[in-house]
Amino acid sequence: MSSLQSLDIAARSATTLPSPHARTAVQEVAKLIDVSTCIGCKACQVACMQWNDLRDEVGHNVGVYDNPADLSAESWTVMRFSEVQTSKANEETRLEWLIRKDGCMHCADPGCLKACPSPGAIVKYTNGIVDFIEENCIGCGNCVIGCPFDIPRISKKDNKAYKCTLCSDRVTVGLEPACVKACPTGAIQFGTKTDMLEYAGERIVDLKERGYAQAGIYDPPGVGGTHVVYVLQHADKPELYHGLPADPKISPWVSLWKGVAKPLAVAAMIGAALVSVFHYLKVGPSEAEEDE
Amino acid sequence: MTRYVARYPDRTRMNHWAVAILFLCAGLSGLAFFHPALFPLTLLFGGAPWTRVLHPFFGVLMVLGFVFLFAQVWRENLWKPRDTAWMKAAPQLIKTGDEASMPPVGKYNAGQKLVFWAFGASLALLFITGFVFWQPWFADYFPILARRVAVVVHAASATLLVLSVIAHVYAAIWVKGTMRAMTRGTVTESWARRNHPLWYREVRGENGSD
Repeated sequence: MSSLQSLDIAARSATTLPSPHARTAVQEVAKLIDVSTCIGCKACQVACMQWNDLRDEVGHNVGVYDNPADLSAESWTVMRFSEVQTSKANEETRLEWLIRKDGCMHCADPGCLKACPSPGAIVKYTNGIVDFIEENCIGCGNCVIGCPFDIPRISKKDNKAYKCTLCSDRVTVGLEPACVKACPTGAIQFGTKTDMLEYAGERIVDLKERGYAQAGIYDPPGVGGTHVVYVLQHADKPELYHGLPADPKISPWVSLWKGVAKPLAVAAMIGAALVSVFHYLKVGPSEAEEDE
Repeated sequence: MTRYVARYPDRTRMNHWAVAILFLCAGLSGLAFFHPALFPLTLLFGGAPWTRVLHPFFGVLMVLGFVFLFAQVWRENLWKPRDTAWMKAAPQLIKTGDEASMPPVGKYNAGQKLVFWAFGASLALLFITGFVFWQPWFADYFPILARRVAVVVHAASATLLVLSVIAHVYAAIWVKGTMRAMTRGTVTESWARRNHPLWYREVRGENGSD
């Protein structure tokens, strides 16, 4: 998915000039994942592999329900099961089974895109979807280094990076992502980001009434917000959900690397070469007078 | 009739140019990914994916080549008290090109020694950090934080290396008669007397007038 949406690209990896901006009336979309109504059936995983025609290798049971055990180049979403001890208001601690659908968060400020050295291998569409354009991918793994959520995976078969596309191909033609379509409990919703946040707000009111005082939205501002948004029963402790980062942001190492350092370094190199040229012109060659 | 002094044997010269060619390959392929403006350099290496594949091999071969070169010249690049004095006088040299008023120099002057150790340090760092994010062979063995630090150190070391090479190349262009040391292996006596008087005396003492 690239040329189809050439007027809908908000940002492009390794590109220093702006993308075409004529078309602006595009609504930002979001996928809302309500962890509190997820039953862990994995229909979303199945829908994802069916729509995207992915057939990951059948793995082994590693003692938990997570299957496959991790994201891969052919598994773009995975249910993460966490058994945790929590406490509701006026209640002793209790055991809770938190099930989080893991996958690309489609950050407004994507670390993968920032880190990518290949022009147009990662794009962010105006609707907020962050997509990998595999034909431009060079397999360097910088997206893995840049991502604050550890999402991209480099295929061992073709050395290309893969992750959830938020079904950008379906969304382009007005369909919801495959996982949303398949979810039997309505735990995954899709729409404009405004609508999704409004819906999430209703869910949070409901959860708070049921005693989850800390229920809240996970739309981390450190990455400019995301286009996959969670409703969490314990929004004060996102780490409970299989290590969901509390305050994800692009690592300062990545910001330094892809920020001021590189233009300065390039300027220093060009500067050194120019200084050499002008030094030669001013001072002239250092020459031994031929004698004897 | 111009008389010549031997400065570098065949093996040192061939080793030097092997490293230089590999530096060009590793440098240009690396710069392609250094800044978007330089990405078209990937065209020199058969496209972007091939550039990504080849770059680390160029780098490892360059470091390997440098190890042999290092073994041949490191002793003569050890820092001596007279080098500190030379460094103090260096700004004047750069301003005027007046070699005669500089403290006497052995086989290498302090500037050359600095460049040599900058090469050694930056290549060592490039070598170590390069493995940490080398796809697809080694990157997976390192945690992501280690890879984040490694890419920054790799880029910084590469910058140091390129700047040192620019100094190295320009010095060879600036000081006339230097280039033939690495091409023909010999320098003129007057060049040796002027730029490396202590070394010249040493060579004369050993070989007589050659």
